[in-house]
Amino acid sequence: MNPELRIPIATDRDIVAARQEGRRIAATLNFSQSDLTVIAAAISEVARNILTYAATGHIAIQVVERAGRRGVALVAHDEGPGIQDITLALQDGYSTSGSLGLGLPGARRLMDEFEIHSNAGRGTTVTMRKWAR
Amino acid sequence: MPARDREHRPPVPTDVLSELVAHLRRNRTELREEWVRRITESRLLTSMTKEEIFAEATSVFDNYVEVLETGSVEALQAYARNLSERIIPRGVDTPEVLGIVLLLRDVLARSLFEKYQGDFGLLNRVLDAYEPAANRIATTVGVGFVQERERVIRQQQEAIRELSTPVLQVRERLLILPIIGIVDSERARQLTEQLLRGIRSNRAKVVVMDITGVPSVDATVANHFVQTVEAARLLGATVIVTGLSPEIAQTLVTIGVDLSKMNTVGDLQGGIEEAERVLGYRVLSVGESGAATPEG
Amino acid sequence: MLVPILKQGDYLIASIQSALSDTDLIRLRDDLVEQVGRYRSRGVIVDVTVLDVMDSFAARTLSTLSQMITLRGAETVIVGIQPDVAFAMVQLGLTLSGVAAALDLEEGLAYLNERAKRSRRRES
Repeated sequence: MNPELRIPIATDRDIVAARQEGRRIAATLNFSQSDLTVIAAAISEVARNILTYAATGHIAIQVVERAGRRGVALVAHDEGPGIQDITLALQDGYSTSGSLGLGLPGARRLMDEFEIHSNAGRGTTVTMRKWAR
Repeated sequence: MPARDREHRPPVPTDVLSELVAHLRRNRTELREEWVRRITESRLLTSMTKEEIFAEATSVFDNYVEVLETGSVEALQAYARNLSERIIPRGVDTPEVLGIVLLLRDVLARSLFEKYQGDFGLLNRVLDAYEPAANRIATTVGVGFVQERERVIRQQQEAIRELSTPVLQVRERLLILPIIGIVDSERARQLTEQLLRGIRSNRAKVVVMDITGVPSVDATVANHFVQTVEAARLLGATVIVTGLSPEIAQTLVTIGVDLSKMNTVGDLQGGIEEAERVLGYRVLSVGESGAATPEG
Repeated sequence: MLVPILKQGDYLIASIQSALSDTDLIRLRDDLVEQVGRYRSRGVIVDVTVLDVMDSFAARTLSTLSQMITLRGAETVIVGIQPDVAFAMVQLGLTLSGVAAALDLEEGLAYLNERAKRSRRRES
């Protein structure tokens, strides 16, 4: 098992720290520059979600391996109020004017794997993985 | 062997394993030579010289025995990856790799048979220790090799894709991106990255993206094209799409693209003229000098 | 992290030096709006060359900034978006639609000059 880096999210500065750490760890794998940016962006979005809807939580970053490929797993967790309707939350809330819903649909598009578990009143866990080429 | 004996076979003590490993190490030189002889006899590793085979045989043998001893899977996987990285460029392929690993397994097994044939019970215990370990090694090395080859192929495909879509600078600030052939998601992603980098390094203000040579696109890829146009704008460049077939236009409309917002022109030539107009080039008529100069 | 704002004739140039937190971005936006009013600037350039990521908050803030600057009668242009950042942005659905963008500072200035020329032509 590879070591997991856990970054608490409680202030807006933590969002910056989380995505910088994510980029640093992902850079040790065979990701392109473009992929690193995508990973940082996805972390930023889910970390911001934590702040907006749950006030605190954490992002866990871990190097993972499967079938000979290595990648990075990002788990965002909070103990907030949870998402009532996940299907709705995953719908594209982006209008052409740029006003946005939750950052989840966008983050999902960026990553190879995306899972979300949320229970009203019991918090939310978003798990994302991206595999290096 | 009587069925009764099989059921009541005691668990293999670790000293059986260490004893057989010690035996294999003691006879290292002869066993290695026997293995290399068998490899040559079976006409494997023909792309390598005798010296190369012997050198690899030495490290493979030592690692094999080490893994038998420790049972460490991580070490084995790391070794398999490392071995594959070395021999794939030499042109070794999967049947050969499996072949030589199985030959080694056989050579070592025969050696164990020879040593313990006097005591059938002990021989069985030795084989009980040896066989699962040897099989695990063969599987791990084989799988590791295949995965490494797949990774190499993926990289080569990426390189080919990149070569097959050049970004051409035609004039100052004007790039042409002729796309030919089937575009899938992966290729679309690569195209976008190449184009954006080209815009920045050439300081292009207009890109003519010609898709005459693209037979069809699905909604996902059409979406990628739209993203390409949007991303280019963020770098201050306008994209003119040319060669849009009625079918592709239909796909774009279906996914909700407002074609009036997208700058589309009939063919490549028309696209270049439009681009020059956007850049402020004045096209001189016949009789004046052949060059086009920027206005203002 | 305070972003330095340079006054160059009729224009204001804000060069972002490092990763900005949400609070920093809001501060930058408000500073620019205030200074546009104070100096009667005609244009604002925000240089984001150094940013290695642009997320939804940053995009939203730049969009609002552009709108607020327009209300003060001036133009905004964002320059220096890196290719990788632009790609990630559009995949996230952040197209900064309605906000002008140019390749770099030089292009940004050319853009503002062109807009100024056109509006002077309209006025005359």
